[in-house]
Amino acid sequence: MIALRMFWRKSLNFVMLTLTGVAALAVVSVLFLILGYLLWNGGTSLSWNFFTQLPKPVGETGGGMANAIVGSLKLLFLAAVMGLPVGLLAGVYLAEFGGKTFSFVVRYTTDLLNGVPSIVIGIFAYSLVVLPVKHFSALAGGVALGIMVIPITVRSTEEFLRAVPGNMREAAMALGASRWKTIATVVLPAASGGILTGMLLALARVAGETAPLLFTAFGNRFWSQGWGQPIASLPVMIYTYAVAPYDDWHRQAWAAGLVLLALVLVSNLGARFILARSKAV
Amino acid sequence: MSAAATSIAHEVPPQAGPRAFLHRLRQGDQIAHLVTLTFAALILLLTSMLVYELWMNSHLSRTAFGWNFFWTKVWDPNFDNFGAAPFIYGTIITSTVALVLAVPLGLASAIFLSELAPRNISDVISFLIDLLAAVPSVIYGLLGIFIVVPLMRTTLGPLLINTLGNVPYIGVLFRGPNYGVGFLTAGIVLAIMVVPFIISVSREVLLTVPREQREAAMALGATRWESTWKVVVPWARTGIMGSVFLALARALGETMAVTMVIGNAAAIKASLLAPGDTIASTIANQFTEATGDLYLSSLIELGLVLFLITFILNGLARILIVATERGGGRPA
Amino acid sequence: MKKTLLVVWLMALTAALTSVNAAAQGGGIKLNAAGATFPTPIYTKWFDVYHTAHPDVEINYQSIGSGGGIRQLQAGTVDFGASDGPMSDDQLAQSKFKILHFPTVLGAVVPTYNIAGVSGDLNFTQKALAGIYLGSITKWNDPEIAKANPGVNLPGADIVVVHRSDGSGTSYIWTDFLSKVSDDWKNKVGKANTSVNWPTGLGGKGNEGVTGLVKQTPNSIGYIELIYAIQNKIAYGNVQNAAGKFVKADLASVTAAAAADAKSIPDDFRVSITNAAGPKVYPISSFTWLLIPAQIQDTAKRDAIKAFLKWMLSDGQKYNEALSYAQLPKDVISKESKAISLIQ
Repeated sequence: MIALRMFWRKSLNFVMLTLTGVAALAVVSVLFLILGYLLWNGGTSLSWNFFTQLPKPVGETGGGMANAIVGSLKLLFLAAVMGLPVGLLAGVYLAEFGGKTFSFVVRYTTDLLNGVPSIVIGIFAYSLVVLPVKHFSALAGGVALGIMVIPITVRSTEEFLRAVPGNMREAAMALGASRWKTIATVVLPAASGGILTGMLLALARVAGETAPLLFTAFGNRFWSQGWGQPIASLPVMIYTYAVAPYDDWHRQAWAAGLVLLALVLVSNLGARFILARSKAV
Repeated sequence: MSAAATSIAHEVPPQAGPRAFLHRLRQGDQIAHLVTLTFAALILLLTSMLVYELWMNSHLSRTAFGWNFFWTKVWDPNFDNFGAAPFIYGTIITSTVALVLAVPLGLASAIFLSELAPRNISDVISFLIDLLAAVPSVIYGLLGIFIVVPLMRTTLGPLLINTLGNVPYIGVLFRGPNYGVGFLTAGIVLAIMVVPFIISVSREVLLTVPREQREAAMALGATRWESTWKVVVPWARTGIMGSVFLALARALGETMAVTMVIGNAAAIKASLLAPGDTIASTIANQFTEATGDLYLSSLIELGLVLFLITFILNGLARILIVATERGGGRPA
Repeated sequence: MKKTLLVVWLMALTAALTSVNAAAQGGGIKLNAAGATFPTPIYTKWFDVYHTAHPDVEINYQSIGSGGGIRQLQAGTVDFGASDGPMSDDQLAQSKFKILHFPTVLGAVVPTYNIAGVSGDLNFTQKALAGIYLGSITKWNDPEIAKANPGVNLPGADIVVVHRSDGSGTSYIWTDFLSKVSDDWKNKVGKANTSVNWPTGLGGKGNEGVTGLVKQTPNSIGYIELIYAIQNKIAYGNVQNAAGKFVKADLASVTAAAAADAKSIPDDFRVSITNAAGPKVYPISSFTWLLIPAQIQDTAKRDAIKAFLKWMLSDGQKYNEALSYAQLPKDVISKESKAISLIQ
């Protein structure tokens, strides 16, 4: 009987562990499918022109999405500057300082904010930043994206701060550090890997969002000066080109999708590299 | 660690009296407390402003339809008769399907990446999976149309109808004409879109589980799987639930990808293979072209309804967590 | 170490961004416009050609939808708008300032289908299209369809109807036509609109979505823009016009639809030309309009807009055909040219 039970447990072990491997494989293959599809369809449109030229009308060769690439970078920069600090500090509050009921309310509200459709956030940012001054702007787009970045950042910051073992905090305090010093020099660095993951995930998500930008950043066929003018972005270009009747524009849309992913990849790599270097100290 | 310790040690200089020192310490903490509190409160402020905007701009339709908005099944821009029922149904169904598919897949992958895979490979794969989150939903939609929809229409749909369609009770979910677009297709596309969130966060959380826990389980004779499933995963429970919340929120609010594969029929049907529509997709589809005031107001009221649904679903999920908390886990 | 590296990285990023900011062209006249998706390709061509000829004028057009265009124009966030459907009397009355309509190009909507065993062009009577979309005609071998297509082997299969899921000017033109030719449609579904309560069928997003669904679903029918059909070489059917003839949509038959009513076109150019009279007319055609405020404060902007309109009506029309848009008839052009002076 014991032998039978052992056999069952061992088989279950093997089966379940293999299944997890299969699951991971399935997910990764979906990614490669998407990348392959984008490459297959958009690869031919990738050229030096794509990265340096402004968009051209249909039928003319040599057009590119230089302004959209820069635009997406600018918008992500704004979103990061506006949204990440809010998410980080709110997460610190929830993990370290929060009172029971207030924290509950804030957590609940954050989850609610996360569930709002991106177009509704766009409409909100529109009434907040665009209507009062009667023009579209990169700033408005940044606000919309910044709001979307907050919930994911809060959740992951709180979660990973909590995961830091209590004895590390106690050790710091035993050495006479104040609460905030402990957080800043001990707890945050310990949780930094997870927090960074959350931040990068949040930025990756908003990098591909179209709907919130339609009424805020609007879009631009030309270069955008400063932060107060309409600005082009990769997702909006993809959206415009993908639903057009022309094959040339379709291919450019796929190429833009590829570039967008590459952008996110590079930023991810860059951020993690910096973190790894700083941790090696 | 030692660098941190020495820097802290330097923070204890002799001052003019112990009370002054304590006061300064407390002030630093107080400021930190206040600053972080302000940012937490900012989130509340933003969300309240959002709800306020939604409330004010949906005034026309709220007064015109009242509570009937929730169960009216008609959505008619020409005769100004709007009801949210089909979209509420569609939203809940597609999100449920998405989670049913994504949570096991995501959790299993996260377990693999944190427990079994060598650290290097795990990092690289996890990194690649994060990329999935950055794919614009328009592209997910197009891929859905070109790959998932034909698959559903030619292979998967008929398969489900012939096998599960005959099982009593759940068979009603897999009946009827199969066009390829529908609730199930939308659920599948959504599942792919939300799985990166589950995997990414769950993997990180599983990695934080102290080694002693695993070792203790193994020392007691557990197999690898048993120690993972019965000890490690419960320890990381709140983090995993958190990732599921993220996934749920994304599924509820997703617009572009869903709208391309759901068939857009404002109808309530039992079969998962039937076409339907969700709240987010309806708003995204019709907002840019809507010109009537009541029409616009109704679209915004839909946004408010979605907010309410998110509110309720989140509440239910939290009750679920509290109810299962007694099953052991990381001490709060 | 970590701090300096981070700071250096951030500084480099900021420097790069601000330098790009500064490099962008300053000065000149920048106009923003928004609206219909249907004419986006020709508009982007026009604005680009015009910019090359007049480098100090940048016209930035974004296709956020006809409704979006109208709303943004009224909110004052764009300098002019574009719409596939004319503004209604109510909308004009509600507007805080007077808005002028200027037709720019012509478009058409064609029925496309995917029927097992049928490869040629099908003829559709007006009643057939209305019946199919109302859901009263359910099978392909229905007499209404069969009688217009003698000799074609139509299967007895159910018709799968495909319409647009997103609000669009294409739907506006299609429903405009159906409401004119079928009282049933008018009573049940209502007048022309960018979005209606479709009695039956599946929704596809954009022309791409409709085409995709029709291509993949056997025995289906959908409606798409003529340009889309031409550019992507999609087979489409002939539609019966008011004179009883079955006409295939092409640039000539579409321009004929506008020319038929050109002499009697109202002064504000808000007219529907679906189901126009004449034997060579394609009945599901329509203008698309630019919406210009009658009073523009900024003199530089006003002059730029007026200059562009003049150019659009003369040189601009030459670019239409290459992109499969039909040109405006001469009578309409001359009438519009006179109307430009109304912009103060």
